[in-house]
Amino acid sequence: MYENIILILDATLRVSAPLILAALAGLFSERSGIVNIALEGKILSSAFAAAATTSVTGSIMLGLLAAMFTSTLLSLLHGFACITHRGDQIVSGVAINMLAAGLTVTLGRYWFGLGGQTPPLSNDERFTSITLPGADAVADIPVIGLLYSELISGHNILVYLALLLVPVCWWIIFKTRFGLRLRAAGENPHAVDTAGISVAWLRYRALICAGILTGIAGAYLSTAHSAGFVPNMSAGKGYIALAALIFGKWKPVPVLFGCLLFGFLDAMAIRLQGAELPFIGEVPVQAIEILPYVLTVLLLAGFIGRAVGPKSIGVPYVKSR
Amino acid sequence: MNDSKIPAWVSIIVLPLINILFAFAFSAIIFLAVDVNPIEAAQTMINGAFGYQEGIGYTFYYATNFIFTGLAVAVAFSAGLFNIGGEGQAYIGGLGVGLVCLGLDHTLPFWALLPITMFASMAFGALWALIPAYLQAYRGSHIVITTIMFNFIASSLMVYLMVNVLNQKGQMAPVSRVFEDSAGLPGFHTIAGWFGYCFAESPMNLSFLIALLCCVLVWLLLWRTRWGYAIRAMGSSPSAAEYGGINRKRLIIIVMLISGALSGLLSLNEVQGYAQQLKLGFVAGYGFTGIAVCLIGRNHPFGIVLASILFGILYQGGAELSFDFPNIDREMIQVVQALVVLFSGALSLMLVKPTERLFVYLDEKKKSNNTSAAEA
Repeated sequence: MYENIILILDATLRVSAPLILAALAGLFSERSGIVNIALEGKILSSAFAAAATTSVTGSIMLGLLAAMFTSTLLSLLHGFACITHRGDQIVSGVAINMLAAGLTVTLGRYWFGLGGQTPPLSNDERFTSITLPGADAVADIPVIGLLYSELISGHNILVYLALLLVPVCWWIIFKTRFGLRLRAAGENPHAVDTAGISVAWLRYRALICAGILTGIAGAYLSTAHSAGFVPNMSAGKGYIALAALIFGKWKPVPVLFGCLLFGFLDAMAIRLQGAELPFIGEVPVQAIEILPYVLTVLLLAGFIGRAVGPKSIGVPYVKSR
Repeated sequence: MNDSKIPAWVSIIVLPLINILFAFAFSAIIFLAVDVNPIEAAQTMINGAFGYQEGIGYTFYYATNFIFTGLAVAVAFSAGLFNIGGEGQAYIGGLGVGLVCLGLDHTLPFWALLPITMFASMAFGALWALIPAYLQAYRGSHIVITTIMFNFIASSLMVYLMVNVLNQKGQMAPVSRVFEDSAGLPGFHTIAGWFGYCFAESPMNLSFLIALLCCVLVWLLLWRTRWGYAIRAMGSSPSAAEYGGINRKRLIIIVMLISGALSGLLSLNEVQGYAQQLKLGFVAGYGFTGIAVCLIGRNHPFGIVLASILFGILYQGGAELSFDFPNIDREMIQVVQALVVLFSGALSLMLVKPTERLFVYLDEKKKSNNTSAAEA
């Protein structure tokens, strides 16, 4: 039983890591006032960029850089449309998601000829799991041994990075001058403008941060979680991250727990496949799959707490003349 | 926008065309990037879409889907609501059609079945839109987010039903049994036959005519009825509409019900017309394409028909393209579609200013020419 719990929590961490990264990306952009339903497309395209670059160059670091570069580029496109040209942020997001889904497969087919997949990556072309010091030594100690060697040790570097980035992002958004201004741009951009700070430049910077973070999330999917890119491998993770962002009420630490919860549900869904539960019987996997969406809808509707987003979210800023 | 310096025909016809041209120009660059000559590709696509009767049938079969989803997005857009849930609403609408057909295809003749399936598709689609609409109107949750979530819920629900309930006994494949022949919508070739014409067999069917009828009805609704006035008033200024005595909450519900019903009708074409059985994933992104169609069609039923045919050409031509060019598959069409959404939607304001300037410049030039001509 204890071992099972540890294994599920271990899987939870692995599934949650890209969600955490993407949700933090969403946090930056939505706190600055830009709705970001393009998370999905950015994850997908950066996953492709990471796998493609790594398999061509053999260097995982170049792959990670390419992933961050690609999703930042898409972020800037999003910004160009909805900051510079005051386009609809949702339409722009939809366009980016479609573009990513189409381009990754088209380019993948052309470059690698594997029906949109990238060639499988060998182990030294991937982010592989790290065994923390002493993990093997303590593995036999009851309770703590398993906890340390299975749950805490043995993840790849990006998982630890994702967890580390939560306090870092919290600090940037809530404790620095840039963060204060960024939040102000999302709440009351006119005030920011009156103080002589460019709202557009602030929002662009927020989108660049978002691009870098989704880039890591994408690289995680194709080079850490799996060994290579397959078409549509993000499979709605961007939307789940968006749901977690709302579920965490646009605050870093609750967002982290939202991601962990949704990751836990995902891990449970895989484990419970075909298993009989006492009293309930067999739970359909789909019922667990939809829980993140149902919970988010309930929360948005104010049935369990209340989620109120940044005030000026989704509104293009027009300097009054 | 109020101090528009350009004539109306420029902003209604010329600007959208320039936006589409931009999208196609960028598509051409991507075609070049994967070693395909864009002009050859365009020729192949147009030949595939219009060169022979079966191709024409396919083009209009796709267009039927886009008219339904495009109208669905447009009706919601007119009221200032973004219904991004066409995908899920059409999926659940298909469930309605499928259940009716599976239950009644042995007992009822086609003419009695059709009104029931039409009603079922609209009712199921509308119901799937009702919850997000209620939550937007009365609980203040954002319709975009809830409709996205409902797309996923719909897809999981359908997987569950197809795998566990509606599949055939003793078979693994998640498909229902094929409906009785009498239940399917008559194909266009059959309809043409009634009038003594000959047309090659294709998936185009009666629902295309239903789609055209819906265009007329939506046009009447939006521009010729009191509800339509209220919808457009809410779309252009929610506060003014409310001040004018329009019940905003009730209107949100009504608009979303209509929008969901229109999305649901898509399944008439896909389930009762084309597949004649329930399958997984038959909506295949048509709901999202509806957004592109609505943007190009400028929210107007007539524009939506034209945009739907354009996308019909892209889909059918795209299928043809993937036979002739090994470097391309159907995903390429999604890229073109994305660029169209980008340029006609998100970047639609980009070219307003330069076009304005060009027209002012041309105008002044004409005037100065006239005055110099008069002086001479």
